[in-house]
Amino acid sequence: MHTTTIIGLEVHVQLQTKTKVFCGCTTAFNPTQPNVQTCPVCLGLPGSLPVLNREAFTLAVKTAMALNCAISPYTKWDRKQYYYPDLPKGYQISQYDLPFSEDGFVELEPLETEEGTGETRRIGIIRAHLEEDAGKNTHDDSGRKADSQVDLNRAGTPLVEIVSQPDLRSPSEARRYLEELKLLLTYLGVSDCNMQEGSLRCDANVNLHIHTDDGHKIPTPIVEVKNLNSFRNVELAIEYEEKRQLEQWKKTGQKIGDVAKETRGFDAARGVTFAQRGKEEASDYRYFPDPDLVPVIVSEEFLEGIRSSLCEFPADRRKRLAAAYQLSTYDASVIVGQGLEFAEYYEEVAKLCGDGKQASNWVTQDVLREMNERNQTIAQFPLRAAVLGNLLGRITSKQITIKSAREVFATLLSETHARQVLSSHQIDQIIAEKGLALVTDTGAIEQAIADVVAKNPKIVADFKGGKQGAIGPLVGQVMKAVKGADPAVVRNLIAEKINSM
Amino acid sequence: MASQLDRETVLKVARLGRLKLADHEVDDYLNKLGQILTYVEQLNEVDTEDVEPMAHAVELQNVFREDVVRPSLPRDLALSNAPKTDGQFFLVPQIIDAGG
Ligand SMILES: [Zn+2]
Repeated sequence: MHTTTIIGLEVHVQLQTKTKVFCGCTTAFNPTQPNVQTCPVCLGLPGSLPVLNREAFTLAVKTAMALNCAISPYTKWDRKQYYYPDLPKGYQISQYDLPFSEDGFVELEPLETEEGTGETRRIGIIRAHLEEDAGKNTHDDSGRKADSQVDLNRAGTPLVEIVSQPDLRSPSEARRYLEELKLLLTYLGVSDCNMQEGSLRCDANVNLHIHTDDGHKIPTPIVEVKNLNSFRNVELAIEYEEKRQLEQWKKTGQKIGDVAKETRGFDAARGVTFAQRGKEEASDYRYFPDPDLVPVIVSEEFLEGIRSSLCEFPADRRKRLAAAYQLSTYDASVIVGQGLEFAEYYEEVAKLCGDGKQASNWVTQDVLREMNERNQTIAQFPLRAAVLGNLLGRITSKQITIKSAREVFATLLSETHARQVLSSHQIDQIIAEKGLALVTDTGAIEQAIADVVAKNPKIVADFKGGKQGAIGPLVGQVMKAVKGADPAVVRNLIAEKINSM
Repeated sequence: MASQLDRETVLKVARLGRLKLADHEVDDYLNKLGQILTYVEQLNEVDTEDVEPMAHAVELQNVFREDVVRPSLPRDLALSNAPKTDGQFFLVPQIIDAGG
């Protein structure tokens, strides 16, 4: 017997608008001042009229384009009706039968494992629709059954709900899908995807296909795990469900259809999912078209306007970087995965120094390491792309060695320098002060070699006797005498000299 | 056609609307809602074979507002219609599950 895990994710992303989706209240994250960002529209007071935020719709369409969805020429708004204290109108404005987009996909890069490179995974998107967020409830955990507090600052914030096909097959794949989605949406600037502030929330639909030894496939009942607030928790909750559902099946033999779909929560502290009392079944939401809002008819010009404003998608950028700068797909993924500004930084460095591979090594190792140590974003990093490009250009043009460049890099970033804006002029100074300029004057090098060879007859004899490694100390002595010589060149010259003796 | 409506349906609709109905009210609504449904069902007599479904009764579309912040209500005004507040939050009886 073996099992396959079947996962579909519903992701809610908050769009980066200044105002709510149907009123002019600000969407600023403001948990310390509850109920100061409301108005008659988002409070659902009688006589108020919602009007759609153009920017929210535009960002939603951008999102759908990034998800390769078809954009509907005609879309409308519906009321999803249920009672909950954080929903002041008694219904949520959402989209039911005519969402603004459907039928797309997200591609996951092939995984590189010990067995080689895997395949690109295409995860289907069933639909993406626009809706309003609810408010926030705070419950009394003291057990004294005090009242719950409701803050409606968030009520009416624009959300896009992205519903995937059940195409994900493992907890780690679910995580990779979320990471790719987050990268895509932050690249486009449609959402900051800040999970701490609730800008990205995830529900996971999980069940197992149990393949018995006699060739039967038994699907277990589908469970929806609600309100997962970190990528790690998505992974952990699904891992837990894999074990729990198998145990449950062994105990009860229940398969899909035998029981209603169950809603569960995730207790991050204990690492377990737990049964929740379900909200009303979908058929009880009694959706109907919202008479307060008129339909949107999307023209080809409107779509073209948005299309022309889109930046390059991460997947396209990976492919382009790999081809244009001769990078491995892994290096291209690391660079693109750090976000839009980082990729821009890399490209500027690569263009300036004329060596994409060299630029990639520095940016993905030295720069990333320093950024992490300093807890800085690339935008805050004191060594700008122009200066790093200048430094690396000196390696390309053989003015300094890679080792010397590392010394300049470290010196530039050292305490005294890092407080100011770093300039290429400082590179010249450091190279001059430390005597790092590569000496190409072969006369000086040859003189130094002649000296050390004459002073070290034992090493010369060892080398002649076949000990290749013996001349290491000689290389060191020559380098000391002629600062900035290229060690590889020196080594070759010493070997030539001894062989000719 | 009021016979399509039964007590169960009336009770379900009441439950979804968070209404508690006394027995005699159930009978009353069974009758009244039945009449409304019968009235609306007259529409079934219209031939809609070649008619596009209509999502909205008003001949308007693409009404937008620009993404410009407007002043919100002061908190005391926002809370002023609520049955119970603590001056900062709306207060509601404790919610049993941790949904929403
Ligand atoms: Zn408002």
